[in-house]
Amino acid sequence: MNEIDASRIVSAVKTLCMEANYQVDPIVRERLRIALDQEDSPIAREILEMILENHVLAQEKQMPVCQDCGVAVVFVELGQDVHIVGGDFYEAIQEGVRRGYSDGYLRKSIVADPVFGRKNTRDNTPALIYTDIVPGDSIQITVVPKGGGAENMSEIKMLKPADGIEGVKNFIVDRVKRSGGNPCPPVIVGVGVGGDFEQCALMAKKALMRPLNEPNPVPEWAEVERDLLAHINELGIGPMGTGGKTTALAVQIIQKPCHMASLPVAVNIQCHAHRHWSVRIG
Amino acid sequence: MKMMRVHELTTPLTPEAISALRAGDKVLLSGIVYSARDAAHKRLLEMIRRGELLPFDLAGQVIYYLSPSPAKPGAVIGSAGPTSSYRLDPYTPALLDLGLKGMIGKGARSREVIDAIVKNRAVYFMAVGGAAVKMAQSVVSARVIAFPDLEAEAILELKIDKMPLFVAVDASGNDIFQI
Repeated sequence: MNEIDASRIVSAVKTLCMEANYQVDPIVRERLRIALDQEDSPIAREILEMILENHVLAQEKQMPVCQDCGVAVVFVELGQDVHIVGGDFYEAIQEGVRRGYSDGYLRKSIVADPVFGRKNTRDNTPALIYTDIVPGDSIQITVVPKGGGAENMSEIKMLKPADGIEGVKNFIVDRVKRSGGNPCPPVIVGVGVGGDFEQCALMAKKALMRPLNEPNPVPEWAEVERDLLAHINELGIGPMGTGGKTTALAVQIIQKPCHMASLPVAVNIQCHAHRHWSVRIG
Repeated sequence: MKMMRVHELTTPLTPEAISALRAGDKVLLSGIVYSARDAAHKRLLEMIRRGELLPFDLAGQVIYYLSPSPAKPGAVIGSAGPTSSYRLDPYTPALLDLGLKGMIGKGARSREVIDAIVKNRAVYFMAVGGAAVKMAQSVVSARVIAFPDLEAEAILELKIDKMPLFVAVDASGNDIFQI
């Protein structure tokens, strides 16, 4: 058994919030450079150049890549042999988010009630925390600042099993098409297929976390991912929706067993400012 | 490859300057612009309904759909990129009818907004979403002029210098998002 003090979680989460906001996934940068090589449209090229320059400026100045520092989505893999001491585990994560967003000069975007008053909570809490218990005696924590613009273009649909893979593909491509320039393309398309209603949506978000250069481990699904990426890029939406060859940088699917009556599909769109940062404690 | 036309403009925008703009042109915008997004727009429209004086005169002015990250010590502003414009569509025609001449945001506008842009000979500029540190570099000064209780959504008066923008919808209704 490994004893871990809650204060270590507070400081780890604080650092994660800041690091995650100051830099994008390096594979996104690689893919944006490739996109720039391929684009002919002068506007698309200028947009991509500006985005790439912005990454460098954000790193240099230690400023958030995007002013939308998102809701802090926190994925935890908690080793079953870990014993947390010196405080409440979830409260330690919330406190880390509070400190990270305050000390890191990150924008606080959370309102307390979704309809009435919509008053800002002033410290970007509550963070959304998802915990999996795993073998081992360490804790892996990932912070994903998820911006509102791309999240708003996400959707879940309960298809009929008869809709099959064509139905799944049509829903995903149509969702990206209807999003146009709103989610800040080139986007990353996270997809959940299967599970039940709420698990499917979470799968779509978790799919964004799979390394962008790792295809789906199941060959049929890897082919679906390649196919969808080609289809989406044929839409011509382009960088920021002004037309161009690159609308998405990756399509990432997680598929899971589901009820024989069901075929849930969820699409979680991520903007080109794809930010996530992980640390292992223990 | 087609060349892009580049205009250097200063606010307030004149009818002549607006008439020269075509969807797809690049603009380097200088002068004063005002930040406002969802909550601030809601309040502005409530004030208009009640016949109250607005916190700034709309005539010839430009609204930037922006809620920046906090400024670090010694900086004038934090990261300062645009938010999605479609959420402001329900409010925009009324502001254009009162003399607003430009909006800065990202993403497509509704038919109603484009019609109001044409009717009022105005312009919709697109800024690059997620290029927020780059955008902040053209902000010379920033101060809260209204609704401080809205926190991140308060209205700022921003002085900007050569902010890089693209004309997304011009005064004739040409729309860069119509592929």
